Amino acid sequence: MIRPHDSAIVRTLGHIVIPIAQLFGIYVLVFGQHGPGGGFVGGVIIAASMILAILIFGIDSPDSVLARKILHGDGLGLLIFAGVGGLCLIGGGQFLNYSYLQIPSLDEASQHYVGILLTQIGVAVDVAVTGVSIAVSLSFDENEIPNDEVSNV
Amino acid sequence: MIIELPLLILLVVTAGGAIMVKDLISAVFILGSYSFVLALVWASLGAVDVAFVEAVVGAGLATVFFLLTLFGTTEKDTHIRRPPVPWSALLGLPVLGLLLLYGAGDLPAFGDITSAASIYISPEYLENSVEQTRTPNVVTSVLMDYRSFDTFIETIVIFTAGIACALILRKGGS
Repeated sequence: MIRPHDSAIVRTLGHIVIPIAQLFGIYVLVFGQHGPGGGFVGGVIIAASMILAILIFGIDSPDSVLARKILHGDGLGLLIFAGVGGLCLIGGGQFLNYSYLQIPSLDEASQHYVGILLTQIGVAVDVAVTGVSIAVSLSFDENEIPNDEVSNV
Repeated sequence: MIIELPLLILLVVTAGGAIMVKDLISAVFILGSYSFVLALVWASLGAVDVAFVEAVVGAGLATVFFLLTLFGTTEKDTHIRRPPVPWSALLGLPVLGLLLLYGAGDLPAFGDITSAASIYISPEYLENSVEQTRTPNVVTSVLMDYRSFDTFIETIVIFTAGIACALILRKGGS
């Protein structure tokens, strides 16, 4: 288990850097269709900001509550990606053929645009959750009982 | 072109250093700098998306994962003794390198518009991406639209990696 860092400089800088990193990750994710970046890189940046929060404040701190909550979202990104494909199937086309997304008042090219954006969000969620999950797995100490199990007893 | 030669020399130096150094934490950081130099090479070749991924994953996330792993074990490479290099490797590897260099002579020049990769299907993506998907970044439209099946399976691979790590490493208190 990772202990919280006790340096005031690191903690103060963490409070400044982590929100900026998360904002930049979302920017890279949403702007991926017009510049370099995309779902994978955006997800990795968001994951890195959460891992930074865990490393600085510890996993049990209120400052890393987002990183703790996101661990429950394993597979959510995959569901978003497959859900977009399923919507195309429901619309009467092939799996992941965004021409059949059936969004009202949008032409075919805009449907492709929305489809790309939604699947990118799916990839980003999947990568972010997996990154935080692997970091937590790597720092897992089997001699230490997690808080959830203590409260269940 | 003039900037690539120092970058390539730096690549070889950092790659060799990561193998040679005994202190494993230093090796991890040298590996991170290797990824950063590689990202600069991609950027100078015009592959900005690849450079972005290399910088974020190679120099950022992978370094953190390596460090977290090292903190679970020991930092010094004390038990691993490297045996002397066998003469077959000393003889075979230069021959293999010469063969690869010989084969590299037949590769198309960088940015050659008559090469096989540039004439088969790439022009169709480049010409139709904005019209068909409203996406100026062709890399994104190829990854997420024209080849979204590949990306879907890649996402499954990442998901599987996370699940496998959790299953192996997060064993409850014994």
